[in-house]
Amino acid sequence: MSDDIKFPVEATHILMFARAVGDDNPIYRDADYAAKTECGGIIAPPTFPRAVSQFDPDYAMRPKPGKKWFGSGKNPTGLDGPAPTSGGLHAEQHFEYHRQLRPGDQLTVTTKDGAKWEKESKRAGKLTFQERIQEYRDQNGELVITSRAVGVKTERPVEQK
Amino acid sequence: MSLSAKKLKAGDTHEEVVVDDLTRTQLVMYAGVSGDYNPIHTDDLYTREVAGYPGVFAHGMLSMGLTGKMLTNYVGDGRLTKYGVRFTNQVWPGDTLTAKATVAEVRQEGGEHLVDLVIETTNQDGKTVLTGTATARIDP
Repeated sequence: MSDDIKFPVEATHILMFARAVGDDNPIYRDADYAAKTECGGIIAPPTFPRAVSQFDPDYAMRPKPGKKWFGSGKNPTGLDGPAPTSGGLHAEQHFEYHRQLRPGDQLTVTTKDGAKWEKESKRAGKLTFQERIQEYRDQNGELVITSRAVGVKTERPVEQK
Repeated sequence: MSLSAKKLKAGDTHEEVVVDDLTRTQLVMYAGVSGDYNPIHTDDLYTREVAGYPGVFAHGMLSMGLTGKMLTNYVGDGRLTKYGVRFTNQVWPGDTLTAKATVAEVRQEGGEHLVDLVIETTNQDGKTVLTGTATARIDP
């Protein structure tokens, strides 16, 4: 169980996110255009909710000032041992949209662990799956997004065929 | 612009090339905006020498985001009610991805018209990198 995350949805973040996924749709950046559509204003792209990582103070995949980072600097890794997160990959991601996210939304995101299971694979050895459920509620306490992510830890790097 | 239940039937398809020759720069852009700075997506030295992969590869969420562009182009903005995927193979710099949606069912629920879609994204070698499903509200 983690602490709630406060996730303010901002227009600039949406614009940059749409650029990063190569989507030039003006609904994500042009308020005048968006106002004339059935959405009535700018909305966020479907996978934007995962950008909540930016607002998670403990997120392990972000370097923190004064802390050793597992990526390369002078050496291929800044840590002496393996990274706590090494071997972790994203296996599944599922979203339910109760409504679209919009700039100005002040979200509160709760995270809880779901099921955990294991599987043997030829390409990567023992796989350990962990499900995480996140619920995104808006400034009125309404549930707007439900996210179910499955992470997998592989015993060894996935073999490339 | 959105789909109409009257004009849609099971088996209908829509496909788009969602990225042509994926660049490492786009992986950096996605890392920066999503907040996922795992070096396996941006740091070749770490990825080769420590993680044990041939080089950096795309965030699963980038493949899902690219595929999402095809979906929203097809069903219209703000119409998705569900979107879920499994990542079946890694995506590498230089890959060209084609995302395809196939209509599984056109149905009504609580007075709303919905379409259920099956999704598959493949690379230039025909290898599937992502499979999934989505549901969208459509016009009557």
